[in-house]
Amino acid sequence: MSKEKFDYFIKGEKGKYEVVIGLEVHAQVLSKSKLFSGSSTKFGANPNNQVSLIDSAFPGMLPVINEECVKQAVRTGLGLNAKINNYSVFDRKNYFYADLPQGYQISQYKNPIVGEGKVLLDMPYGPKEIGIERLHLEQDAGKSIHDMDPSNTYVDLNRSGIALMEIVSKPDLRSPDEVNAYIKKLRSIMRYLGTCDGNMQEGSLRADVNVSVRKEGDTNFGTRCEIKNVNSIKFMQMAIEYEAARQVELIENGKKIDQETRLFDTKKNETRSMRSKEDAHDYRYFPDPDLLPLKLEQKLIDDLKKSLPELPDKKKERFVKEYGLNTYEANVLVSEKEISDYYEEVAKLSDKKLAATWMMGDLFAMLNDRGLDISKSPISAKHFAELVQAIKSGEISGRIAKEVFEIMVESGDNPKKIIESKGMKQQSDPKELEKMINEILSKNKDKVDQYKAGKEKLFGFFVGQVMKLSGGKANPQLTNEILKKLLKG
Amino acid sequence: MSLDKEKIKHVAKLARISVDEAKVESLTKDLNSIFKFIEQLNELNTDKVEPLTSILNQSLRSRKDDISDGKIREKILKNSPKENEEFFVVPKVVE
Repeated sequence: MSKEKFDYFIKGEKGKYEVVIGLEVHAQVLSKSKLFSGSSTKFGANPNNQVSLIDSAFPGMLPVINEECVKQAVRTGLGLNAKINNYSVFDRKNYFYADLPQGYQISQYKNPIVGEGKVLLDMPYGPKEIGIERLHLEQDAGKSIHDMDPSNTYVDLNRSGIALMEIVSKPDLRSPDEVNAYIKKLRSIMRYLGTCDGNMQEGSLRADVNVSVRKEGDTNFGTRCEIKNVNSIKFMQMAIEYEAARQVELIENGKKIDQETRLFDTKKNETRSMRSKEDAHDYRYFPDPDLLPLKLEQKLIDDLKKSLPELPDKKKERFVKEYGLNTYEANVLVSEKEISDYYEEVAKLSDKKLAATWMMGDLFAMLNDRGLDISKSPISAKHFAELVQAIKSGEISGRIAKEVFEIMVESGDNPKKIIESKGMKQQSDPKELEKMINEILSKNKDKVDQYKAGKEKLFGFFVGQVMKLSGGKANPQLTNEILKKLLKG
Repeated sequence: MSLDKEKIKHVAKLARISVDEAKVESLTKDLNSIFKFIEQLNELNTDKVEPLTSILNQSLRSRKDDISDGKIREKILKNSPKENEEFFVVPKVVE
């Protein structure tokens, strides 16, 4: 594969500008109960039904930390090749909002549970390492609903107090494509680890996007703006494009960029200033007096490290080595744990390379059309492997295989049964094929003469005739060979 | 550290405490004298002392990941400013 060159710049009238992006990803921790209370975290419950006195900030309630949430944060940190801090502190981040009954969010400020780490991206122009600044644990806020009533806001506190991991990247990202790759990689790592389900529709993964621009070649960062709470990769990309263009325009017109918090309006496709957040950075953090420092035994960290599953980067290496896949194929097949599991099951029972090709082609296209995850695939890994083997052994042609595939999707039957009951087996008997081809040639003497006189394009016509007569079942390779032989004679 | 009137107003705003303009002057004076008192501590050399986050010599207590709470909506919503069976209802807060 030829390597492309990185080329994402905003072109202004006075030159090219590089876009510098850093992300603060908020990932909901997979746990049964909340970070500091025993309420359920299950998505989709009736409003305010999963709220305890702690989550709704009744006076006198004491938060008690959920040990599983701590372990999940450590696992995620290990998955990000990050330093785990044996000592961390919970702080209060003070601000007022209707969906934050405490008047502060319990978060970690100076001493986060996880320190610096890194994530590796595979870009078309080569691998790129994105630094992780830190990961800390914090509480989620409730949900405000503004469209149920013209003059009131409705608040549902079910989400209030659910554990979040805030994963802060270094300002290492340079384009919307890199942001896409980064979010997907983070999501993939966390799903492998089972620490976050990564479900962006349900808000389990959201991000604040920091954007600044600078002239190509500059080493100092420009003034950044923070776009709050963007909940899909597409919107992040759109917001970055809009925001970078806005900043370049300001600079070129000799204006100053205000460091500020902005929101992305998905309907108008623009970012705009959030005036209410003027004082947003004045959070007056201080250590939460209700919570003692969190001390982690090194043994706990070591044990968690030992119990980590194989992560996408390692698995990718193994797929290349063990199954002879190229990097691109391996990358696609390890992107989701479920996909890699499906592939490994198929590869155990069939040709490894062909299995990859057919999975990434017809199977993915079908799942995509139907909006299905691979775990809901109408074709089981076992049946899919049988189909791949039928192609590999020459029992059916690739063209027929596509038909068998369609029938498998509709009926859920195994390919053997379909091939037999519909008589779809490939005709691979040379004698029979030769007989058929001779018949065709004698019926089309004029075309044979033309072919021999140099009109070689007609070869395709003869192949077409064979396929027509055989109902598409003639072995294409054999057909080619025999046709060539007979046309020479 | 010394606080001026602007700072006092700013902190009051952040804390959502309404302060009478007439009171700002005396409040500034009071707070500054409190700060002055506290700042006496700076005379001590604490270079080699770890910050004290708690006077209790124990580590954070934790709990198992079990669902043991919730499902008390009626109780919780008794504090809602306006009545509604499912939600807290508050004056519109939207950008």
